[in-house]
This record gives sequence, structure tokens and C-alpha cells, in this order.
Amino acid sequence: MKPFRYEHADDVSGAIAMLARAPRGAFLAGGTNLVDLMKLEVATPDVLVDVRHLTSDRIEELADGGLRIGAAVPNSDLAANRAVRRRYPVLSEAVLAGASGQLRNVATTAGNLLQRTRCVYFQDVTTPCNKREPGSGCSAREGFHRELAILGWSEQCIATHPSDMAVAMVALDAVVLTQGANGPRRIPLTELHRLPGQQPERDTVLEHGELITAVDLPPLAFATRSRFRKVRDRASYAFALVSVAAALDVADGVVRDVRVALGGVAHKPWRATRAEAALRGAPATERSFVDAAAAELADARPLPGNAFKVPVARGAIVRTLLDLLEVQR
Amino acid sequence: MDVEITLRVNGTEHRLAVDTRTTVLDALRERLGITSAKKGCDHGQCGACTVLLDGRRANSCLALAVAHQGAEIVTAEGLTGDGRLHPLQSSFIEHDAFQCGYCTPGQIVSAVGMLREADEGWPSAVSGAADRDGVALDREEIRERMSGNLCRCAAYANIVSAIAEVARR
Repeated sequence: MKPFRYEHADDVSGAIAMLARAPRGAFLAGGTNLVDLMKLEVATPDVLVDVRHLTSDRIEELADGGLRIGAAVPNSDLAANRAVRRRYPVLSEAVLAGASGQLRNVATTAGNLLQRTRCVYFQDVTTPCNKREPGSGCSAREGFHRELAILGWSEQCIATHPSDMAVAMVALDAVVLTQGANGPRRIPLTELHRLPGQQPERDTVLEHGELITAVDLPPLAFATRSRFRKVRDRASYAFALVSVAAALDVADGVVRDVRVALGGVAHKPWRATRAEAALRGAPATERSFVDAAAAELADARPLPGNAFKVPVARGAIVRTLLDLLEVQR
Repeated sequence: MDVEITLRVNGTEHRLAVDTRTTVLDALRERLGITSAKKGCDHGQCGACTVLLDGRRANSCLALAVAHQGAEIVTAEGLTGDGRLHPLQSSFIEHDAFQCGYCTPGQIVSAVGMLREADEGWPSAVSGAADRDGVALDREEIRERMSGNLCRCAAYANIVSAIAEVARR
């Protein structure tokens, strides 16, 4: 690990000011991903500004009927929260599907969103990787890419975003609240993470020194009927090959409204807007679900090692919607 | 870059100067001589380094010591009281829940944390998000909740039995 200075700030604005003066510095929260990347020398910050005690670790009611999740809320508290379990079960299930009990106790809400890809080449400094070292090339395209993207990738990068939690939050239209040198911002979570394009080194639209302070969940009545399904190599404690977060609202046999998002398929948590558009107003039948999944995956560009993800994603979407349909009967 | 810190381990306060890169695991083992927490993978994947941080189980290999000053740290040594083993420690012996023993302190500390989580009604990927009265720790639940602790000897069957017996009490 490279040497670094460790700094405290009294408040959020102090922490932002510290990082503004440190172009190679980083915020430290739970550290479950950052400290690991520092050991691997994938991340080499020269100063860490500890923000773990600066943002809220509480989940609060919003006036509009939604919830505000403080950036420092540990993943385990988020999953166990009664309001989350009752109103947004897909989010609790997604968090519980990820990592281990030990990691969920320490990893924070904001840190979960900002964790880096687990592409093996990104984590191995002896190999070329455009995300870690822009311009060095992508080792994964013709290497081990079984776990990598089938949608929205670029010639430069085929990494996937590893979070389960973010997939559920994207389905729920979560909004990320930030503070930075230019003041506060509200960023729809669907727009926080980027596709790799020509700049795979940039995971998100956040500026250097911009700090996530909270995540807002808007009210969504039918999210009481929502589910998360994760396909992975082990029964527990493994990253998603494919995951699906969905909520379904059916009236008189017709899909009145629906939310679908996919994980493990792209550089960002993938909101399945095409599948949703195909489903709204359609009969709530397996046929409709199959057609919607096909519409979403029509542009998939799998590589030789991950072509299996297309049928897996199709099946996971259909199965999740059928499960939700069953709940409504 | 050395920093003066205070760590509270198993009820005792320690003052020490550490390089900022020192993890809680390395501070325990290399500086304080508290060696029950083991360095397995050193990347948060195996659970051999599990300690209780302010009552919650955590991977000490990913926790920077400078960031956890003042936290109450408990290792397997701290579970024994008056020379008597913790019920989970006894149960691991009774059920032959280990072979080489390297993962055992982490397994036991993790199980202590896991039982507290279940007592508080925390859900799991097995029980699902739905609100229930209490958590029934059957074998499937225990396996899921303990999935952050690997055992290369694959003593899992007896580890689950050892924990299940304490969970029933």
C-alpha cells in the first residue's frame, strides 16, 4: 500500500474543502472496497479524508411519503429497516443478496453506490486496463470476461458495476443528494453512473471532491410488491452474473405500471426502460413478460465468454415478473 | 506516516503509534500480540480476521486502525470470562467443528455477531425481507448468515451444528 495522510474534518463542508486541496485524495467511509483497492495499489490516494461520521446514518421519512437514507447508513441497517422492508422489499432483498454479514455491517449506502468494478484485470495492476490506466488497453475483451457486460459497453471497457443495492434503487427511481465545491446537487440515480464510452476511468458523473450525503426514495405504492432475484455462481457471497429488481402493478389482468432494472450486465445499474414500455398496458401474462425481456435484450452484444448471460437475463426477468404476478393473485 | 492512536481491545485500552496503513488486524497481531484473529486472504473474502467492532462483526483486515480509534474491539480471546469458554467455543469443541483450526476464531466471533443480529430480527437472503416475529435459525439460515466465513478444511457441516445448538438455547 502506498503511504497516505489520514485526515478528519469537522463537517461535510470541511471535508469537501480538504479534498478540493488534494487532487489525488479520496473520501474514506466504510473502506470495505477502497482499503482493498489500496492494498492492491489499484487506488493510490495520497490523503484519505474520513467522512464516516460526517453524514447521516439514519433513515428518515420524507414529507412526500418517501424515505431519505443517510449516506453513512450501513448496508445491514438499510436491509433490516422496517419501513424499507414493508414499502420497498426489493431494496432490502438486494442488499441482503450482496456481500457478507461482516461487510454489510461496515459498508455504507454511498460507498456501495461508488464501489468499483470487480473485473479481474482492473484489480490486477500487472495487466493493461483502460479503467485503471487510460490508454493502456482492455485485457478483458479477449480474456476472462464471463462476468462482464453484454449491454452498453465500449471498445475501451466491458466492466460491470458490481452493486446489487444500486439495481434496486435504480428500479425505485432513487435520487442521490450530493454536496460539492459548487454547492448541492440532486442526481437521479439512473444518471449517476456512466456508460464507459471513451472515458472508462470515470464510473460516475461526480466531480472530484463531491460527496454523496443521502439517497432519497420517492413514494411508490406498488413497490410493496417488488422483488430482487440474483443469479450467481455460489448460493451466497458471490457477485451477480445477472440480477433483476422489479415491481409490478396489475389491475384487471393488465399491467398498470412496472419497474424493472438489471444488474451484472453493464457498466451501470441498467434500468430496463424498453421492457417497461412494452409492459405498460399489456396483458399480465408470461407471453408479455417474454416479449418485454426480448425487447430489452435486443441490443445485447455478448462476447464469447458471456453469451450465456442473454438467456439468463431473459429467464430472470420473466421469472421475477411471474413471481410478482403470483403475489397479486 | 505514524499517528498516535488509542485502541480498546477486549476491555483494555492501548496507546500506540501506527503507520496510517496499519489495519486493525495488523495492529492486533503485530503490535499488541493478540493473535486469535487470523490473516487469511487479507482482502475481506474469507472472514478469518472477523472481530466485533462496537458489537458488530467486521473484517478487521479492511478496517484501518486510524479510522477505528475509540471503537470497542472484541476478539475470540475476549469472549472468555473468568477462564470459562463462551458457549459457542464449547459447542465448537463438542461438535468437532474444525480441523486445522485456522478459521475457527473468526467463525466463532462471527457466530457471536450473527446470533445477535438474529436476536434483533435482522432478515437474510433466506428468510426474505418480510417482517416476521423472530428469526428461526435452521441450517439453511445459519449457512446463509455465516457465508462470509470460509473453511478450507470444509468443516461446515459441524460448524453449522455447533452454531445451531447454541442458537436453540
